[in-house]
Amino acid sequence: MSKPIEHDYIGLSEPQLPSMEKSSDTNNKKNALHLKATELRLGLPGSESPEWDDHDHNVLSLKTFVSGAKRGFSDALDGGGKWVFSGGSGGGSEGLFSPRSSGNNNGGKGLSGSDSGLGGPVLKDGATQKPVVVQEKKPQAASGAGHGNGNIAPASKAQVVGWPPIRSFRKNTMASHPPKKDDDAEAKLGSGCLYVKVRMDGAPYLRKVDLKIYGSYKELSSALEKMFSCFTIGQCGSHGAPSRDGLSESRLIDLLHGSEYVLTYEDKDGDWMLVGDVPWEMFTDSCKRLRIMKSSEAIGLAPRAMEKCKNCT
Amino acid sequence: MQKKMAYSFPDEVLEHVFSFIQSDKDRNAVSMVCKSWYDIERWCRRKIFVGNCYAVNPRIVIRRFPEVRSIELKGKPHFADFNLVPDGWGGYVFPWILEMARAYPWLEEIRLKRMVVTDESLELIAKSFKNFKVLVLFSCEGFSTDGLAAIAASCKNLRELDLRDSEVDDLSGHWLSHFPETYTSLVSLNISCLGSDEVSFSALERLVGRCPNLRTLLLNRAVPLDKIANILRRAPQLVEFGTGTYTAELRPDVFSYLAGAFSSCKELRSLSGFWEAVPAYIPAIYSVCSRLTSLNLSFATIQNPDLIKLVSLCPSLQRLLVLDYIEDSGLEALASSCKDLQELRVFPSDPFGVEPNVSLTEQGLVAISWGCPKLESVLYFCRQMSNAALVTIAQNRPNLTRFRLCIIDPKTVDYLTHEPLDVGFGAIVEHCKDLRRLSLSGLLTDRVFDYIGTYAKKLEMLSVAFAGDSDLGLHHVLSGCESLRKLEIRDCPFGDKALLANAAKLETMRSLWMSSCSVSFGACKLLGQKMPRLNVEVIDERGHPDSRPESCPVDKLYIYRSVAGPRVDMPPFVWTKDEDSSLRLS
Repeated sequence: MSKPIEHDYIGLSEPQLPSMEKSSDTNNKKNALHLKATELRLGLPGSESPEWDDHDHNVLSLKTFVSGAKRGFSDALDGGGKWVFSGGSGGGSEGLFSPRSSGNNNGGKGLSGSDSGLGGPVLKDGATQKPVVVQEKKPQAASGAGHGNGNIAPASKAQVVGWPPIRSFRKNTMASHPPKKDDDAEAKLGSGCLYVKVRMDGAPYLRKVDLKIYGSYKELSSALEKMFSCFTIGQCGSHGAPSRDGLSESRLIDLLHGSEYVLTYEDKDGDWMLVGDVPWEMFTDSCKRLRIMKSSEAIGLAPRAMEKCKNCT
Repeated sequence: MQKKMAYSFPDEVLEHVFSFIQSDKDRNAVSMVCKSWYDIERWCRRKIFVGNCYAVNPRIVIRRFPEVRSIELKGKPHFADFNLVPDGWGGYVFPWILEMARAYPWLEEIRLKRMVVTDESLELIAKSFKNFKVLVLFSCEGFSTDGLAAIAASCKNLRELDLRDSEVDDLSGHWLSHFPETYTSLVSLNISCLGSDEVSFSALERLVGRCPNLRTLLLNRAVPLDKIANILRRAPQLVEFGTGTYTAELRPDVFSYLAGAFSSCKELRSLSGFWEAVPAYIPAIYSVCSRLTSLNLSFATIQNPDLIKLVSLCPSLQRLLVLDYIEDSGLEALASSCKDLQELRVFPSDPFGVEPNVSLTEQGLVAISWGCPKLESVLYFCRQMSNAALVTIAQNRPNLTRFRLCIIDPKTVDYLTHEPLDVGFGAIVEHCKDLRRLSLSGLLTDRVFDYIGTYAKKLEMLSVAFAGDSDLGLHHVLSGCESLRKLEIRDCPFGDKALLANAAKLETMRSLWMSSCSVSFGACKLLGQKMPRLNVEVIDERGHPDSRPESCPVDKLYIYRSVAGPRVDMPPFVWTKDEDSSLRLS
C-alpha cells in the first residue's frame, strides 16, 4: 500500500524535534560527519550502516514507523519543549486536535479507549491515530499587535496536512524563496514542505513526496517502496489504475534493494546522482526530483557523484 | 389536432431559437418541456459541462448528445488541491478521449480541471480532432512536454493552450518548436506552470511574432526579465500578459527598453507573473497601470511602500491578487483608490511561521468593505479576526457572492472577546443574501451552522475545517441549505447520525467530502446500500476498514451522485459497500 503521507501528522513534526534536540550536537558532529558522509557508497540507502543518520527507526513497515513516531513524541515531552495544548486564547477550546482525539470532550462519537492525553485511540494493529499537536506561541490573546510577550520561544510549528489551504505550486514557490521582513532564521524552519516528483520507470503516473517529512534515507526509501509497490509487479490496469493484488513485503525489498532498481535524484545542477551518497540534509537541499530507475541504466552515475563530493567538501 | 399543428414549429425553427440559449441550466430546462423539445435540443447541444467526471460516463453522454463541439470535465474533489486526495485516486481522462475520438470527430474544445491527463491522451487528441481549437488543463497532472509537442505539431487550428496550475513533467525544452512555421492561429497561451528549462526563447519569440491574434500570453519563470521586452514588442496587441521571473540587476538601458515595450501595449488590461519581483523594475509597468483591470502580484516579493505605490496607480482595477505584504495600510490605500474592485485575494507570505511577519489583520478587510462598493469576491488569509469586524463587513457589503476567510491557526477565537466567531459568520450569511460560496475558519460551534442553514439559501459551496461540536452542525447545513451543491469538511466532529438522516439530500448535491470526521464504515456501507444513485467512496490507506474496530471512523469519505454506477477504476485504497473486489481492474 502507498504511504499515507496525508496522515502523517507525527511524521511532520518529527524532523523538527530532533533538530531541536541535536542543535547542540550538530556542531560537534558536523566535522566528524562530513568526512564519513561524503565517502562514496554504492547501492541504496540503508544497505550500509548510516552512521550519520540520526533516527534509525527501522521503518520497514507502517507499524514500526508509527511507533517510532510515538517515541518522538515522548522525546519532545522529556526534552522540555514547550508543548501547550491550548486552542488559542482561553476560549475554552480543547486544542488543536483532530476531533477523534478530543472526542471525549466533545460528546461526539464514543472512541474506543485512549492512550496518553496526546493521542487518539489505539487501533487493533497497533497504529495510533495521529493527533495534531501545535506549539502554542502565546498563552493568551492572539497575535496581531503584541509581539512582545516572549515567554515562549518555539522553533517552529508542527504542521497539519493540507492546512492552511494553500495549493502546492504556491507553497513550493514560497518555500524556495522565503523573503522575510525581519531576518528571522527561525521562521525558515517552518517554511512548509518540499514536494519533489518521483518517477519510476514503467509506472503509469508520477507521485510526489514531501522530503521534509522524512529524517533519513531509510524512511524515504521505505516510503517509496510502499508507494510504488503496486507497480513493481506490473499489475496495472489501463492508464494508471493499479490493481489491488497483495504483495508481500519481502518481495518489494528484494526488488528495490536487490538488483532491479536503484533510486536516483536530480540535483540543483541538473545532474543525476545516486541517492545516499551525501548527508541527508545536503540531499534535501539539493534534490529537485527523484527517479527510480532500472539498475542497468544507472551505471555511470557513481563516478560523477564522487567528483561532485570532492567539489563540495 | 388543429390546435397542435397551429402551435408547433418546424424543428429547424426551434433549433435556431435554441441556438441562442447557451447556459447549461437553460438548456436543461428547455429539454424538459416536452419530448420533441428534448429530442431537438439534444441534437443541437454543442457544449457539455460535467462537474464530476464520475457522475456520468462517456457512453451516456455521447448517446444523448451526438453533436458536441465543446466539453468541460472536472475530476478530483477540491481538497485534492491541498494534498488530501492520495495519488492514484482517479480522474483519468483517457477513457473519455477514447470514446470521443470515435464519436465526436469535430470536437473543438476540451477543458479539464483536476484530471489525470497522460501523454497518450494528448497524442490521441492531437490525432483525432481535425478542427481542435481549445485545450485548457487546469490543475491537471500526468503529462509531459512530449504530449504538448504532439498537440503543437498536429493541431493546425489551435487557438488556445492553457496549462494553468498543471504539473507537467519537463522532459525537453523544445516542444514549442513543434508548432510549424505555418502555424499562426494562436490566441491564448498560458505556460506559467512550466518548470525551469522548458521553453526555448527563440522558438517562443518566433511563435509570438507570427501570431497576430495573440491576446493572452502567460510566460513561465524560466523567461528572464531581459527577454520580456522583445516578446512584448512582437505582440503589442496583447490584452493579458504574464511575466517570467521579474528580477535583474538594475541597468538603465534594460529598464528603459522594457518600459518602452510596456507602454507600446495599448490594449494591455491584465498583468501577472512577477516572480521574485524587485522594486527597481516595477516602475517599468507604470505606463499601463491606469488601464489595468486585473493584477496578480501573488508571487511578487515586493513590499510596502513600493506595493502601495503600485496599486494606487491602478484606479481601474477590478481584480487584485496579492501577498499579505500589502498589509492593512496597503489595503486602506487600495480602498481609497480602486473603487471598481470586485475581487480581492490576499495570500500569506509566511503561512507556517510562528509569529506574524506582516501587519495584516482584519482591519485591512474592513477597510476594503467600506471603500469598495462593488466588492463581491474575497479570499483572505490572516491571523486574527473579530465578530465585530465580520458584522461590519457583512453590513457594508451585502453584495458579496464569494467569501473565503482563512484564519491561519485552526480554532482561533475572536481576539477581542475570546468568543467563537459564530456571530460574525452568521452576519455574513444573513446580510449577503446572494452568497454562493463560503469558507469558514476560526473557532466555531454548532451555532454557526444553525445560522448557515437558516440564512444561506443561495449557498452552493461550503468549506468547513476544525469547526462544530456535534452532528447537529452538519444536520443544520444539510437540512437548511437549499441550493447546496458541494460540501467539503475536514476535522469536524460530524458523524453517522446527520449523514444518514439527510441521505436524500445527498442526491441533490454534486458531492460531499468528509475527512478526519467521525463517520463509521458501517454508516458508509448502509448509505451505499440504501442510495443506489450515490457512490460512497471510503478513501483509507490504512487497509480495509473492517480490519479496524467498528467505532473507528473512516479516514476520508467522498460521496457523489452518479448515473454511471460504481466506477471501474478504483485504486486499492478506495473502499465501497461492495465487499468483493471483482469490480476492480485486475
